Amino acid sequence: MQPLAIIRAAASSLVRHKLRSLLTTLGVIIGVAAVIALVAVGNGAQAKVASDIASLGQNLLLVFAGNRRSAGGVSSGLGGAPLTLDDAKAIQREVIGVTGLSPEVRTSGQAVANGQNWSTSVIGVSGDYLAIRQWTLSGGVMFTPAEERAVAKLGVIGSKLAAQLFGANVDPVGQTVRIKNIPFLIIGTLTSKGANLGGQDQDDVLLIPYTSAMRRLTGDTTLRTVDVQVASDDQMNAAQEQIESLLRQRHRLRKDQTNDFNILNQAELAQTAGNITKVLTLLLGAIASVSLVVGGIGIMNIMLVSVTERTREIGIRLAIGAQGRDVLWQFLLEAVLLSCLGGVIGIGIGVGGARLVTVVSGFQTFVSSSAVAFAFGFSAAIGIFFGFYPARKAARLDPIDALRYE
Amino acid sequence: MPALIDLDSIQKVYRTGGSEVHAVRSVTLSIQPGEFVAFMGSSGSGKSTMMNILGCLDRPTGGHYLLDGEDVSTLDRDERALVRNRKLGFVFQGFNLLPRATALENVEMPMLYGHRRTRRADGLARALEALTQVGLGDRWDHRPNQLSGGQQQRVAIARALVNRPALLLADEPTGNLDSRTSLEIMAIFQALNAQGHTIVMVTHEPDIAAFTSRQIHMKDGRVVHDAPVERPLDATAELRALQGDVAMAAHAR
Repeated sequence: MQPLAIIRAAASSLVRHKLRSLLTTLGVIIGVAAVIALVAVGNGAQAKVASDIASLGQNLLLVFAGNRRSAGGVSSGLGGAPLTLDDAKAIQREVIGVTGLSPEVRTSGQAVANGQNWSTSVIGVSGDYLAIRQWTLSGGVMFTPAEERAVAKLGVIGSKLAAQLFGANVDPVGQTVRIKNIPFLIIGTLTSKGANLGGQDQDDVLLIPYTSAMRRLTGDTTLRTVDVQVASDDQMNAAQEQIESLLRQRHRLRKDQTNDFNILNQAELAQTAGNITKVLTLLLGAIASVSLVVGGIGIMNIMLVSVTERTREIGIRLAIGAQGRDVLWQFLLEAVLLSCLGGVIGIGIGVGGARLVTVVSGFQTFVSSSAVAFAFGFSAAIGIFFGFYPARKAARLDPIDALRYE
Repeated sequence: MPALIDLDSIQKVYRTGGSEVHAVRSVTLSIQPGEFVAFMGSSGSGKSTMMNILGCLDRPTGGHYLLDGEDVSTLDRDERALVRNRKLGFVFQGFNLLPRATALENVEMPMLYGHRRTRRADGLARALEALTQVGLGDRWDHRPNQLSGGQQQRVAIARALVNRPALLLADEPTGNLDSRTSLEIMAIFQALNAQGHTIVMVTHEPDIAAFTSRQIHMKDGRVVHDAPVERPLDATAELRALQGDVAMAAHAR
């Protein structure tokens, strides 16, 4: 039979049973839509995690006091030798490629200003902090090294905290915020950064010089965290090693002793998180693919019913000269058309569903062309695979029996 | 003139379980081009099996069948399909039209098979021509359920004719029709026969066989009687007489 005539015969039988065709292909539609939408959500999660990690800062090494990866999984994070300001200065002075360094002294307290009272977090940092964390000011200035040395009562304020204390209409710059009864003059405002990976609002914050934080608020003389920025990506590992050997030397650790500090490499973190989210995306796609297979079984089921139901038609076609392969192709093509139709509709619904997720929840989704191609190709393959058995059954019918079939 | 059909000791044995059923036992006969033959017999006489073998739907278990000079008794499934497509036209008792296709699409169907490269427009033109030949040129877009039984059978005849077969096979073509419509169908067959078409028909009705030019009676798988019909009835004349009767009856009332 001529290919065009086969396509016409297959398509016309689908058109004649519109509702049945639609219901049959529903499994494939849902499967394809699920693969595309879920992979889009997975891609969105991947991008979100990557951008969150990037927003930590560029080429960032975080040095923590205490060894969090100690043997047996027991955290000795609070014990061990702390980091000192001298350690920090040594890193800045001796490690090659360090372009910025900031101690981080975190505390929390009630912020009082303008008759308002708000519990917030206060972080003592150096002037480099903004550059390290890829943060910018929306107004005012950052404190200078001189002001750090002077243990100045100054601060830059996060947008959330500013809004809580002063409302939207008052410029916080020039105002005073009291923490533990110590007045801090606001000299700058931070741009909004949103929540961090842990869901914490990074805008509900007051940044003050680390010297002021240590001496005026916490009374600490040692550091828990030091942020180090490295000039470029390819210097990260070298810098990490140098910091490690420098600190081991300074802390006088023997060869058999483990580190009493811990270095978090942002590039490593990004890679690990990226791998995890990639596996997650694959997993989502794989689970959705199961429904594609189920859809294929649905197609096979209906095609088997259809072959039985149309035994007489097959008998007529065989009697007037259709060969086995003519009948095979007709039914195979019907199954493939069904599954491809399901593929096309499923792509539409999948893409639409991904958009809907973005619109409703604000969560960014990315429809990847490879997921679309995979889902469509898979659905076509399913049509061939699950359509073959019924089609072969039709092609092998005996014309005499088929003509007699009631 | 060489025979169109040449059967040489054709046998058909079915094995069901342990026993053998001899549906056809050694039939030897030939049919010349232009003949109009009726195979007759009661059910179980083997005439349907003969029909299936003549129609290349089935293969004999013994003997040789030359159709148009070609031995078709040894062909495989697909080769027989090709022979059916090119040399044979079928008319069945139950019409066997595709219910959801129009008359024209039904008639077009044989041209879609058999490796022929016909342009669709040419095929449709030929299908329309065949429909016109059986008097249904104006109903080409009707579906079978919009046609009467006689009209459906005429569509089936058009479908059988469209590939210009060497042999027209009819299996109880009037079995589902009333006597008047049966006459119309027989008139068409006689007209086709007069144009030179060779027709082989299976029937158990002597009234219908009376319109053919040769009757072959079968019993228990054997040919028991094979003779030309002395004076075949003319279906057109019978039809006219029937209409006359109806007219006279109406007049008398």
